Amino acid sequence: MGLLESPFNSLLCMLLGISFTVWFTLLLVFIVVPAIFGLSFGIRTLYMKVLLKVFEWATLRIERGAKEKKHLLYKPNTNGIIAKKPTSLEEELKEIRRNGSGRDLDGSSPTFAVSDIFYFCRRGVESIVDDEVTKRFTAEELESWNLLTRSNYNFQHISARLTALWGLGLLIRYCCLLPLRLTLAITGVTLLVVFTTIIGFLPNGRMKNFLSEKVHLMCYRICVRALTAIITYHHSENKPKNGGICVANHTSPIDVIILASDGCYAMVGQTHGGLMGIIQRSMVKACPHIWFERSEIKDRHLVAKRLSDHVEDKNKLPILIFPEGTCINNTSVMMFKKGSFEIASTIYPVAIKYDPRFGEAFWNSSKFGMVSYLLRMMSSWAIVCSVWYLPPMSRQEGEDAVQFANRVKAAIARQGGLVDLLWDGGLKRSKVKDTFKEEQQKLYSKILWDHNSSP
Amino acid sequence: MIVVLSRSMTILLLLKVFFCFSAVSHSQITRLYSRFHSLDKGENGALSREDFQRIPELAINPLGDRIINAFFPEGEDQVNFRGFMRTLAHFRPVEDNEKNKDPNSGEPLNSRNNKLLFAFRLYDLDRDDKISRDELLQVLRMMVGVNISDEQLGSIADRTIQEADTNGDMSISFSEFIKVLEKVDVEQKMSIRFLH
Repeated sequence: MGLLESPFNSLLCMLLGISFTVWFTLLLVFIVVPAIFGLSFGIRTLYMKVLLKVFEWATLRIERGAKEKKHLLYKPNTNGIIAKKPTSLEEELKEIRRNGSGRDLDGSSPTFAVSDIFYFCRRGVESIVDDEVTKRFTAEELESWNLLTRSNYNFQHISARLTALWGLGLLIRYCCLLPLRLTLAITGVTLLVVFTTIIGFLPNGRMKNFLSEKVHLMCYRICVRALTAIITYHHSENKPKNGGICVANHTSPIDVIILASDGCYAMVGQTHGGLMGIIQRSMVKACPHIWFERSEIKDRHLVAKRLSDHVEDKNKLPILIFPEGTCINNTSVMMFKKGSFEIASTIYPVAIKYDPRFGEAFWNSSKFGMVSYLLRMMSSWAIVCSVWYLPPMSRQEGEDAVQFANRVKAAIARQGGLVDLLWDGGLKRSKVKDTFKEEQQKLYSKILWDHNSSP
Repeated sequence: MIVVLSRSMTILLLLKVFFCFSAVSHSQITRLYSRFHSLDKGENGALSREDFQRIPELAINPLGDRIINAFFPEGEDQVNFRGFMRTLAHFRPVEDNEKNKDPNSGEPLNSRNNKLLFAFRLYDLDRDDKISRDELLQVLRMMVGVNISDEQLGSIADRTIQEADTNGDMSISFSEFIKVLEKVDVEQKMSIRFLH
């Protein structure tokens, strides 16, 4: 028995050894080395082109199959499902009253018409059928199918070829791509922790900053490859500089990796425990990031002070902040919290737009935890996005923080092709404040007193 | 989503056969079902009042609570998809009826009369088919908030009832309501048009 085992064992060991070496060499050559130098072999772009062709074919096939079987296709509603007239309260009420009562408005007392209720009624029911806010907190619906079950609305076994393709896709994604990506992710994170800890032992100075920059960039680039993220950066001449604050729209935690693989930033966030905590503690050894304890976050003055101190030191890296405060589904930009706009420094806006055909990047935190979200990311086809660096902006004379925040938000929305909303992203979890209802009531009261000078 | 759609097929069949929604297209019903499903956070096939109040634009509407109430039949706390569609059917544009003239179906839910009845019920808080001075005051108070005093609101209510009331019972009945609004283009103001 012993005699038979040992050649078998040694054969097994040899095979394992060889496959590990090959695997490691491939990893090193194709991924780690380009990551260090910021180069690319173009493999990912080729992959993306192939995928697009496949999706086009799949969509045509579904449409043809549906026509043959006389099924009706479900077409997703990208621009809203009902026609909403953008008339204001005042205009509509005037219109209804003009047509209704021919009564003269004597102007000495408030005028009320029984028909006033129609406006509120219709607007209310319109918002029940389709509203601007709640749909921003779920993933966007795709116009064509991308062979993922999770984004499927129309697939009902149209053809054997399509099913086979879908099955093949499933196999490739879960058996080839997922393990590869997981390995890369683990490598990237481990290297980050190890190298930043080592660099932490160096004395503060130019060498330390230089090395820290290189290490951070390399590890983030490995993580980018771990997600098969294909990113196009536009207007790199506007990249954020030291002493500035970089603001961007927020869709998922991956935004950080995408931005940080092209430039060095000081991160802002809450301290966590566990793996995140380890990463945070080692990162801060190599270069100053701003981590807050949970209790400190409530104290707005403390937060503002720490941010201003960081920004004043021109040797420190630009701060990266997501003013929406929560993840939005990348079809719109919601209210920017004014905290970061109150600090006196230059703002570098960045717009990030994901292409949802290759994988839905939005993190729906009420539906998925962090781990299942990352697994979904790593088992989609790819993450394709565009990043635009917008020219720097500063607060103008006579502009307050809220107006400045809205100006920056409008610029980001315009560049990214996103809808600019005034609603607070916090509405994902909390109820809307009563002050908004009171505003509506005030507006209506003013109309009742329309022809009167004093309230 | 696949599960959602196949459930909707059965519901569609039910609806088409029993509730004369044949003028509403397949895609419209599917979209509304998708919307119903996304509002139904508890995933129990029915909406509660909290589910409606989660819509910010409805929560800031001064008459939001009255509109939400219109979906719930007397004494009930849950509305299923059938009830949801039934209430929304009041807001279908009137021209759609031209396509299906079925003499046996009775008055459609989106006729001018039924639209007016919907609005009437928004005022009629206790569902006694009369709008009393008190009810009118309460609804007015919802619409203006704290910006108008009690006396002024009272005089508005009095004047409105005076103008509308023809039989002298100091309240507005449904037929008096219809008379007051006879010149208003109700069909247009109380209709919601689908884009597809």
